[in-house]
Amino acid sequence: MEYSAGNVDIAVVGAGHAGCEAALAAARLGMKTLLFSMNLDSIANMPCNPNIGGTGKGHLVREIDALGGEMAKCADKTLIQSKTLNSAKGPAVYSLRAQVDRRWYQAEMKNTLECQDNLFIKQAEVVEIITGDSCRVTGVKTHTGAVYSCKAVILTTGTYLKGKIHVGDISYSGGPDGLFPADRLSDSLREKGIELLRFKTGTPARLNGRSIDLSKLTEQPGDEVIVPFSFENHVIEREQISCWLTYTNSTTHEIIRSNLHRSPLYGGMIEGIGPRYCPSVEDKIVRFADKEHHQVFVEPMGLGTQEVYLQGMSSSLPEDVQTEMIRSLPGLENAHIMRSGYAIEYDCIDPIQLKLSLESKKIPGLFSAGQINGSSGYEEAAAQGLIAGINAVNMIRGREPLILDRSQAYIGVLIDDLVTKGTSEPYRIMTSRSEYRLLLRQDNADLRLTPKGYEAGLISEERYKRFLDKKDKIEEEIERLRNTYLPPSEEVNALLTSLGSTNIRSGISIAELLRRPEITYRALEAVDVDRPGHLRRDDRRKYDPVAEQVEISVKYEGYIKRQMIQVEQYRKMERKHIPENIDYSAIHGLRLEARQKLAKQRPVSVGQASRISGVSPADISVLLIYLSSRPECADD
Amino acid sequence: MMFNGKGSFGDFDTIAAISTPYGTGGVGIVRISGPGAFGTAARIFKGRRDIKEIKSHTVSHGKIVDPADDRIIDDVLLTKMDGPHTFTGEDVIEINCHGGIVVLKNVLSLVLRQGVRAAGPGEFTRRAFINGRMDLAQAEAVIDLINAKTDEGSRAAAAQLEGRLSERIASARKSLIQLIARIEAVVEYPEHDIEDITGDIVYEGVLKIRDELQEISEGFERGRLLREGITAAIIGKPNAGKSSLLNVLAGSSRAIVTDIPGTTRDIIEEYINIKGIPVRFLDTAGIRQTQDPVESIGVERARGAALSADLVIIVLDGQTGLLPEDLDIIRETAEKKRIVLINKTDVADEERVQTMKKRLRESGDPPVVVTSMVEGTGVDELAETIERLFVSGDIGLNNEVIITNVRHKQLIDEAISSLEEAEAAHTGGLPLDFATIDIKQSAEFLGQITGESVTEEVVNEIFSQFCIGK
Repeated sequence: MEYSAGNVDIAVVGAGHAGCEAALAAARLGMKTLLFSMNLDSIANMPCNPNIGGTGKGHLVREIDALGGEMAKCADKTLIQSKTLNSAKGPAVYSLRAQVDRRWYQAEMKNTLECQDNLFIKQAEVVEIITGDSCRVTGVKTHTGAVYSCKAVILTTGTYLKGKIHVGDISYSGGPDGLFPADRLSDSLREKGIELLRFKTGTPARLNGRSIDLSKLTEQPGDEVIVPFSFENHVIEREQISCWLTYTNSTTHEIIRSNLHRSPLYGGMIEGIGPRYCPSVEDKIVRFADKEHHQVFVEPMGLGTQEVYLQGMSSSLPEDVQTEMIRSLPGLENAHIMRSGYAIEYDCIDPIQLKLSLESKKIPGLFSAGQINGSSGYEEAAAQGLIAGINAVNMIRGREPLILDRSQAYIGVLIDDLVTKGTSEPYRIMTSRSEYRLLLRQDNADLRLTPKGYEAGLISEERYKRFLDKKDKIEEEIERLRNTYLPPSEEVNALLTSLGSTNIRSGISIAELLRRPEITYRALEAVDVDRPGHLRRDDRRKYDPVAEQVEISVKYEGYIKRQMIQVEQYRKMERKHIPENIDYSAIHGLRLEARQKLAKQRPVSVGQASRISGVSPADISVLLIYLSSRPECADD
Repeated sequence: MMFNGKGSFGDFDTIAAISTPYGTGGVGIVRISGPGAFGTAARIFKGRRDIKEIKSHTVSHGKIVDPADDRIIDDVLLTKMDGPHTFTGEDVIEINCHGGIVVLKNVLSLVLRQGVRAAGPGEFTRRAFINGRMDLAQAEAVIDLINAKTDEGSRAAAAQLEGRLSERIASARKSLIQLIARIEAVVEYPEHDIEDITGDIVYEGVLKIRDELQEISEGFERGRLLREGITAAIIGKPNAGKSSLLNVLAGSSRAIVTDIPGTTRDIIEEYINIKGIPVRFLDTAGIRQTQDPVESIGVERARGAALSADLVIIVLDGQTGLLPEDLDIIRETAEKKRIVLINKTDVADEERVQTMKKRLRESGDPPVVVTSMVEGTGVDELAETIERLFVSGDIGLNNEVIITNVRHKQLIDEAISSLEEAEAAHTGGLPLDFATIDIKQSAEFLGQITGESVTEEVVNEIFSQFCIGK
């Protein structure tokens, strides 16, 4: 029986990392928002690794925060270990990563949702999307027949759609982490003409940490100083716990090799496409047969549990093989497996059917974010969720969507890659996917994006004021460094010598001196007598975001300028808009493949068109020639 | 089939032109390309089989007949080629004619009378490019080929056409991508036990690729010579035999040769193929003090021409010995590539010629060639000297890659300077990430020659080479 259960503005289907951000953004922007989850105890769950951040991903978390999202704040509250990766490899690739207490994180996020005005949470499975005139979304229906009318729907279904679990030759219908799958929504989407893909991902076993002999493993402690994810937090003082490292060996590899025929991947039972960056251990051993050892990290799942996660041992081999191979690792001889590793197959939307706003091209009012869009990872999901939430609101209010381009944010790179190029495997962000990564640093995410978050309405006046104040301080200090000259005094030269630098013979600006690789901003403090008090060393606050920003901006100015020139080039093509009503079949000289791809995807700009696979530079020349002959297609 | 006329590419019309084959073939070709190529051929070609029965990519013998009056125009070999496996990617007919340029023109005009449009310059190539039959580097090489002025020029263009430049650029680019992937693998997966890449390893790799690119870039100077030719100004005092030299070289009476000093009052130009290098000879007015206003303008022009030319050929009269004005010219051209000819040795005193040689050695020691324009001696030696001066002797024309396109040269040079920036980043002690930016930029420049983007390739390379991921 169907019944009318009421009206909301926005319905969000799924309360994982994408759903939480989407629902919070929508509600905070004043929309009556209803968030569905099949099981409220799985809100903001981390069914795979218990950590947030990492290369590229840490950048996303900072961008989410700069725009007014929640993930960074929640991670800061619940992290139990923090690291800055790549600290020696240059500021563009510094990446924050934290081990997080999984249950604590969930509880914090659930409570944040519950405390949010305009936001309502409902345990239910959404089984149908209801559409009205010209395919526009009008509501959703749950498994109990409740029909909610709404103006926009955001799908954030993760790996639940027709989820299928594989453990060796056993397979059954199921969602992640022992939860139920969502079997009916896929059909509803397909009926509406949405093309679905079938992807696969997997997770390793969880062990009882007490069954591991840690003396045989290498300790991996956190960093001394915890750098917070959120720009709103400055100091986090918390006791950290360690991860542990062990290695596979020839015995492990032999066990895997002799059981490959029992793997659903190699046995042909799995049709879904898995991610290359998250290979199962059997995959690694087959593809890199000459490698003698593979690393395995033991990561704690939280403070209030003994359960640990085995990073590097993702597997869908049968349970008995998993036990045998895990017990072949040094220190894990007596390991007790609490949950087996598994592979999961699921339906997702082919993301080329989406606009850059994450709205469906076919069904107005239908947005989607996260794994359903072919991505992978909590951070990728949260980033899309935030954008989908903001843009659902913009759509309802008749405002322009928030679209970040590739030169503004990793979020822009992520969404443009998915929507423009599509993906043939679950997509993970990486710093090398960005063309301008020296500009898209994690340290300047607020400078890049907080004004956008403010404009969108997710940054409070108070926070925005603090942001402007920080920005002013940075600019003032850079200006001061450019105009303050140090004399070739004995004191200055003695300092330079002690830093392994060459002496100066005439006055030199501090900015100039700072460009020397061996000189840091902190090191010059003693001779920089005019340095403002708030930028002087303070042992209580070991990390200063203003000083960091000043140092990077001055030190790498030349490179930063060069990337900005490249950005200008890129933007020229992005500004060449393609009219919505363009008829590709009328353009002489486009190759058939390009014509079909362009007609199907309907890119908004020549820049976007040039990134569609199957569209060659020659096609772009033809397109440019065609557009230049149409006066209405001038640049804007 | 996709391209055979009424398919989805039927939006191009049919074009035709006379295209001469590479090199100096005696046979000319009328090429027809487009959806109407086969239909046109069917109307004018009478062979053993009808056009539609002829297999693709085969040659048939037959006659070209004007359907209006059944007049036979030529005895020809006709090649039928189905698109898309053709030069332009469209249906193509090539008619090999025997009867020289007049017959070629008659065949072409017959083709055009069948409703085919005359192709513009480079239009076949443009279609080939648009239809994805060649990359940008190849397309540009064809344009060079069309414009090439001598045989060596065409051969360099042909080699480029075959993709040798593309090949070498692609290989240098591949090395860059592999280098980037090595760095990125470590950066993206900092905690994986991939062999850490040090700045020194990157530096070494960068130097090697830079040298490779440098070598390709140096081929450009030679490519430019082949493409644009060099300019050689022939100067000397009046009646030393400058115009005769030009006539001997050109094998015709291009310049007006008289024995009245000052006959050549303006500059006369001639393109002559010297050892495969197109040389644009400028025959100038004799340089002397003159009262004649017209002649004095000529003299000024001669000096101007000498100063802007790539090569100066100074012609001396062997009969008169070295005169002060000869020494003036030799002094003025000290900075230029030059050759001194001692001419008129058929009538000159042997001892005087030797004295001239000795004094020339003392005044700057330019290369000297002894000639007689009347007997035609010394001309081969002159040609060899020109070749030696410009191609430094050791560059064989057979196996190397020669860039003849300015755009390519610029992009390769940009790629080189990006790599130099990467070296500077390393030696300046900047973190690896900065060198990566430069190396990526370099690969991006090379990609602009062949039209590819870096990011996706780097990602693919990372996963194919390194075992990483949780």
